[in-house]
Amino acid sequence: MLTEKQLLQDLTPEIERTGIRWYLTFLIFFLIFCVGIYALVQQIMKGHIVTGMRDNVVWGLYIVNFIFFMGLSYAGALLSGVLHLFHTGWRKPVIRMAELLTVISLVIGPFFIFFCIGRLDRLPFLIMYPRIQSPITWDVIAISTDLVGCFLYLYLSLIEDFAILRDYSDLQVKPWKKKLYKFLALGYTGNEKEKKILSNARNVMAAMIIAIAIIVYSVLAWIFGVTLQPGWHSTIFGPYFVIAAVFSGTGLLIILMYIYRKVYHLEEYITKRHFVNLGVLLTIIAAFYGYFTFSDYLTKWYGSIKMDSMLIDKLFHDYFSLFIFANYIGILLPCIIIAFPRFRSIRSITIAAVIAVTALWVNRYIIVIPTLETPFLPIQDTRPDWIRYSPTWIEWALTLAGISVYGMLFMLVSKIAPIISISEMKQEDKIEIMK
Amino acid sequence: MKESGDNFNEGSSRRNFLKKVGVGVGAVSLAGIAVTSVIGGNKSKSGKKIKLLSTDGKLVEVDKDDIKPVGESVAELKSEARKGLAGRKFIMVIDLSKCKNARKCVEACQEGHMLPKDHDWMKLYLLQDDHNTARYWFPRPCFHCDKPMCVSVCPVGATYKRDDGIVLIDNQRCIGCKFCMTGCPYSVRVFNWKDPEVKVPAGYVYDPEVGIPQVEGTVGKCIFCADKLRKNELPRCVSACPMGVLYFGDLLEDTVTNGTETVRFSKLMTDRAGYRFREDLGTLPSVYYLPPYERSFPVESGLEGSDESVKGRYKNAGPR
Repeated sequence: MLTEKQLLQDLTPEIERTGIRWYLTFLIFFLIFCVGIYALVQQIMKGHIVTGMRDNVVWGLYIVNFIFFMGLSYAGALLSGVLHLFHTGWRKPVIRMAELLTVISLVIGPFFIFFCIGRLDRLPFLIMYPRIQSPITWDVIAISTDLVGCFLYLYLSLIEDFAILRDYSDLQVKPWKKKLYKFLALGYTGNEKEKKILSNARNVMAAMIIAIAIIVYSVLAWIFGVTLQPGWHSTIFGPYFVIAAVFSGTGLLIILMYIYRKVYHLEEYITKRHFVNLGVLLTIIAAFYGYFTFSDYLTKWYGSIKMDSMLIDKLFHDYFSLFIFANYIGILLPCIIIAFPRFRSIRSITIAAVIAVTALWVNRYIIVIPTLETPFLPIQDTRPDWIRYSPTWIEWALTLAGISVYGMLFMLVSKIAPIISISEMKQEDKIEIMK
Repeated sequence: MKESGDNFNEGSSRRNFLKKVGVGVGAVSLAGIAVTSVIGGNKSKSGKKIKLLSTDGKLVEVDKDDIKPVGESVAELKSEARKGLAGRKFIMVIDLSKCKNARKCVEACQEGHMLPKDHDWMKLYLLQDDHNTARYWFPRPCFHCDKPMCVSVCPVGATYKRDDGIVLIDNQRCIGCKFCMTGCPYSVRVFNWKDPEVKVPAGYVYDPEVGIPQVEGTVGKCIFCADKLRKNELPRCVSACPMGVLYFGDLLEDTVTNGTETVRFSKLMTDRAGYRFREDLGTLPSVYYLPPYERSFPVESGLEGSDESVKGRYKNAGPR
């Protein structure tokens, strides 16, 4: 059995002290974030004219980022929920990351909608004058439900850890942090009754967030699916988006594992086994995802409906390299790397995951933009420079700012909570994990 | 109660007239002011007379003390603009055989609604369905669909369908999510990407029927000149068209007019084989088209004499 002292030393590297590396990394993220804030101020002062969006392509990078981040979040929820419910043996060192990924993506995602909305000051209207016919209202309800559910699920899994930190007398932290742990642990003592209640609650929440994640991401897909636009008006979009989300989320989890392992020297906890297991999961999902993608585009390409043909034509000409990267390389290459055991190493699996996540982002891009550039009436009688979409630095700056906030939030959480669940690991035999 | 918008809209002529006759208060301040009963005047009068323009266009003189504001709130105005005109169903018929891209409809619309440049509610397309078929000019207002996708998807009820068939936008409600723009299959809606810099007189009350001013970060579109219709006048584009391309009328009255000739809508549809654009989408537009048969002008004449900025708008026109 692992001792609590050892676990605390290994798994709470940031709680007691803050190294220069932490400050430096945080500073870099913060500077990128500041550039994003500057861009946002520009956008608010001068209007959306500073973005690349115009009357045809009314949704650009912001919406792409929105569905991308929301996808990551739902994937995190699905993964942590499923791993928890099925008591997957190897889940314990990675489940905390999956839970964090869920909540942090979910917090960042909606901000991209805020950037996209023309009148940020009227955001409360969504609640003051809601219309249930609108898929956006479905989304508001779904996302807020999801936010509560995922926060709760994360918190339930943290209570035991907070109790451990509260009770650990050797912990060298400032008094306010001790008080915080005392408060957050909710007086949990770890007796049988409390354990049972907590375990039941976590099981219920795990099942619930799986269901919520599927519903919420389907609702997001239906924002596109219910319109008449070529390429969006597709019955497959709900399940397609859910699969795509899990694909990207699994990829990001692998990347996070790699970063944590390197930065905090968790080689003993996060092993090749984790990478291979998640890699195999990524491959299986890639197969489904590729199948959905193929099926969606095949039916559009084979038929003779003019709008569909024009869209396919646009994808294979103006967006050729992006299309090939997103839908061929991004799916096949990770599969090849992971499917053959001799290609499997921690590094190669991580590279496969990076390719998968990037390709999925590009896939979101070529779902949103080319459709808007292919309206039913040809784009005419408008300024020629308004026809094609290319994102401006403002949009890129805000995108990068979103990613930097992602990093900052992970770093801040590591100052308070263990990066791997101590309570879960306590019951685990170290040798068992190493296998 | 529509005075503010109307006078304001019609530009300077009416206002100048009012100034000439010495109505210092100005036309705009007429909004929200009613004249109390002049008969049975036990009340003290100031003796000062003021000239005012009544709602039916007559110049009247009343005592200053008889003027008091009525509680016309923005909310009331809006609820009126949300209901629409009772017992009407407005439709438009566009005769493609007469259009030569004179762009007077566009100009009148831009001017009448004080729209910023590049924010066109009326658009003119140069369409060609296939290599083997003819090119034709295609004016496109909002279709005011009976099953409007834009209204279905609006999350806050900023855009709505009225009883008289008109689809309007309340740009004081619009949050600018642009979902309606992706919902509309006819690219009708346009966004105010920057401050349109419309100067409105002090005290002017916004009315969705007038659509002035456009507001940054909100969506705009053709409103069938709902303000004109309330006064029993034709939409600006219809009166502006020198070729008589645009007919406007009421489906329930079965009558449409282009300002010079008035015809039976059903007969026009039968005789000229009228149709609606992309009937397959099932949005049930209120705008009908007459095929470009026996044209008054060759299609090329639509670009003759127009400056480069207009020509540039049709560079990519061709068979789809």
